[in-house]
Amino acid sequence: MRIAGFLLLLAGWGIVLSAIALLRPASPIAGFVTAGTGVEVLGLVLVIRSHRLIRRERR
Amino acid sequence: MTHAPVPGLSETATALCVLLIFLVPLAAAGLSLINAGLGRSRSAAHSMLSSLAVLAVAVLVYFLCGFSWQGFAAGPAHVVTVAGKAWNWIAAEPFFFGGVPRGGSAASLVALLQMLSVGLAALIPLGAGTDRWRLGAACASTALLAGCTYPLFAHWVWGGGWLAQLGVNCGLGRGFLDAGGAGCIQAVGGITAWSIACILGPRRGKYGVDGAPAAIPGHNAVLVLLGCFLALLGWFGLNCAGSILFAGAAPAAVAGVAIDTMLAAAMAALAAAAITRARFGRPDASLCANGWVAGLVASSAACAFLTPAAAVLTGLVAGALVTFSVEWLDIHLGVDDPAGSISVHAIGGIWGLLALGIFARIPGDSGQFAAQLVGVATLLGFVLPLTYSLNWLLNRFYPQRVPAEGERQGMDLYELGAGAYPEFVIHREDLTQG
Repeated sequence: MRIAGFLLLLAGWGIVLSAIALLRPASPIAGFVTAGTGVEVLGLVLVIRSHRLIRRERR
Repeated sequence: MTHAPVPGLSETATALCVLLIFLVPLAAAGLSLINAGLGRSRSAAHSMLSSLAVLAVAVLVYFLCGFSWQGFAAGPAHVVTVAGKAWNWIAAEPFFFGGVPRGGSAASLVALLQMLSVGLAALIPLGAGTDRWRLGAACASTALLAGCTYPLFAHWVWGGGWLAQLGVNCGLGRGFLDAGGAGCIQAVGGITAWSIACILGPRRGKYGVDGAPAAIPGHNAVLVLLGCFLALLGWFGLNCAGSILFAGAAPAAVAGVAIDTMLAAAMAALAAAAITRARFGRPDASLCANGWVAGLVASSAACAFLTPAAAVLTGLVAGALVTFSVEWLDIHLGVDDPAGSISVHAIGGIWGLLALGIFARIPGDSGQFAAQLVGVATLLGFVLPLTYSLNWLLNRFYPQRVPAEGERQGMDLYELGAGAYPEFVIHREDLTQG
């Protein structure tokens, strides 16, 4: 779960990078940046959940 | 690879910058005192020595190789071209400060400020690892920060890298802006603090078998609050020098930057005091100190671009955020962060970056918020995984946490052989002799 979270973080950043590298200035870069950040937030939630699960298992 | 002339500064701006940069070590002193004061008394000397040691390691590693990756705006750099856009991704400076022209050039001022800034970033994770992070491991982790993570991100923002180019290449405002280091210093340090806190795990006795956290109060509130005063002076230097060197502010604008910095810190501390007073019946000293520093942190990004009213709003949100975030991390996530480094520096720093996009009034700034969001996305999507994996790998080869015996004895006795407050130990012979 933690690895999946980190992969999502990287994937979100990939979306952001792709948008700014490939789209023209007039294109909706901001929308893709927001979407990429949203994917990162999902990844962060997964990483946090995995941390909580590991803690619970250790107890 | 590109070469361009180093931008110059007037003599007045150079002299002012040097004076302001000389204030920055006070921020390091402030953070060290806060970290030591919020830890246990039996680890106080270890905490202060760790601060000095990681500062030294950070400066030396940055001198060895860090600055050669980071460089300065208009310095030599490697460029990659994608879809017709040229992106500057890493500097190409010689090692050992070889490419820094002396004689008061802007590049030499940048190098001086950056040496102190990387040290400041390295101090932040110490607060999260208080009472259980081995000295050697802290130094090794600092070497990774100063030699890899920090220079990369700082080049992208301050060295004319791809984040700074977002305005020119994509029409996103003036590109990613961070005058005083809310992202480069604070958020990078705070994200490293989160990685360290997760890898080390909580202190022994922090959580019961049912998962409920026990309160382990800091051992010296006076040190913590004195640290806040020193941090204010250091932040004046950091924000004002950063505004001149990285945001193109005129020397005359320094007073406005300092006003914004002070207002944000004051409002954040009052917000933390009001919230803790409303929730717990009395203001909490450690959370008020965290609020104060969070206000300073949040002011760093936008200090050169805010109106005083916007600075107050930025501080208000930072103070509220840090109060709830400390509790959320401690109780709900089980992340033991004795000095509140993650909340203050990571969350406060990210809020400061976004506040610039929301409140700053920059001519032709359409798309500035999107540029700030790209920077935040880079912190979360690149810096966080990189920092976590580097420290996780380090932990596999060189365990970062002190053994249980060390925690029981206290870091002072276990790693240094002597405590910070030896006269507080009650000796049997003192009681028996007349």
